[in-house]
Amino acid sequence: MELKGYLRKDGRKGIRNVILVAYLVECAHYVASEIARPYKDNNVQVIGFGGCYPNEYAAKIMKQLCTHPNVGGVLLVSLGCESFNRNKLSEAIKESGRPVETLIIQNCGGTAKTIEKGREWIKNTVETLKETKSVNISVEDLIIGTICGGSDATSGISANPSVGLTFDKLVKHNSTVIFEETGEMIGCFEDIIKRAETPLLAKEIEKALEKAARYYTIMGYGSFAPGNADGGLTTIEEKSLGSYAKGGSAPISGLIKPGDLPNKSGLFLMDIVPDGEPRFGFPNINDNVEITELIASGCHIILFTTGRGSVVGSAISPVIKICANPSTYQRMSDDMDVNAGKVISSNASLFDIADEIYDKIVQTASGIPTASERLGHQESVITYKTFEPIGPNCLVG
Amino acid sequence: MENSKQSIKLSNNDNVLVLTIDLDAGDVFTYKGMDYKTIEPITLGHKIAAKNIKKGEKIIKFNLAIGSAIEDIKIGEHVHLHNMKSDFIASHNREN
Repeated sequence: MELKGYLRKDGRKGIRNVILVAYLVECAHYVASEIARPYKDNNVQVIGFGGCYPNEYAAKIMKQLCTHPNVGGVLLVSLGCESFNRNKLSEAIKESGRPVETLIIQNCGGTAKTIEKGREWIKNTVETLKETKSVNISVEDLIIGTICGGSDATSGISANPSVGLTFDKLVKHNSTVIFEETGEMIGCFEDIIKRAETPLLAKEIEKALEKAARYYTIMGYGSFAPGNADGGLTTIEEKSLGSYAKGGSAPISGLIKPGDLPNKSGLFLMDIVPDGEPRFGFPNINDNVEITELIASGCHIILFTTGRGSVVGSAISPVIKICANPSTYQRMSDDMDVNAGKVISSNASLFDIADEIYDKIVQTASGIPTASERLGHQESVITYKTFEPIGPNCLVG
Repeated sequence: MENSKQSIKLSNNDNVLVLTIDLDAGDVFTYKGMDYKTIEPITLGHKIAAKNIKKGEKIIKFNLAIGSAIEDIKIGEHVHLHNMKSDFIASHNREN
């Protein structure tokens, strides 16, 4: 199926035409939100980094989000005294060919005057973006990520294995797909490592998994809770398997870190656990941190599986919510895009659901809003982290 | 995979099925034309042996080992903490 996307001046192809209002410290968050508020229906969305102290990871994620293929233009909102390197970010956006403007609240004369200036810029940029070049886009051009959140006993039976089959199908169609949650793979090591495209990549993956296991042990998290056993899970490896199933069965073509772009089509594993001694707390404090990282690595669409019923979406890239539990689906169908619970309630096969997810991806890429987009969800979270660059064997030529 | 009204077998190599309904004590679980009477309530998400499993044998779900049998398990029996264990980290329940 041929779809129409948006061609960016840097050559990347998007499926949405978003204008970002990006705050560079929490102190500018409110002003950024007020600038965007009247333009909610014009694809104007707010993202940002709350911290006042510098962090290389956060700067990289911000840069990747602001130059994401779904983004057409960016307004940066700075208080003025925070440490974020606004000039460097603005330069990178400009270099990518996107319109960019920086407003410094302390120089603009405060809240009201900055909001007024910001809205003026948005008004003009909305018009400019109407002339964005359109381009043919196919499933092959897409990067798709997956995560799970609000899991229950049904997640590992219906939604996660269905996403795994969807991933296999996407890989066959030369798409790029990314899975993560390396902290929840105890017991699956042997199988994951076997799937690496080269022995050197296998070594890198093994190191990443060992790092994750160690990190989560120090954080005192990642153990097996009695509630898991009530739901029918007997062992830690069985619990891991439920999440791991989302990655399907294709060979693993590379190991990336948040914000790194996959270098080819195929299946990629994202190492989300910080390097070095644990410094800033839990690797990912909530689902949207993971979604934001996947989008920073270029994901056009996120497949989000949930059993208990998450409602979140995201800024920049649409989230397709796949509900594992048929009774959750009944209660919260407005928030869901795919009812994988049919595997449980009406004998649908995992392949049927995988086909449904695949069709939903194509529809979403064609511009049809997902449930969370319709409802106005635009969550986006960036925290503090520390990463070393990936090793040379993580990407296979 | 096989999908029936009561359970799903996630992969052909699996030796366990996953319940997709709740069974009460005394309810009948049917698999491949055979009936198995349930001794205790077993809820959705729990596992039932799809074949006779010997002590020490791996429990296979979705084509991966999720632990080992600690006693012989008969087809149709509930597979859980009482008859299998992790090959990695021991699971704990609220009693221990």
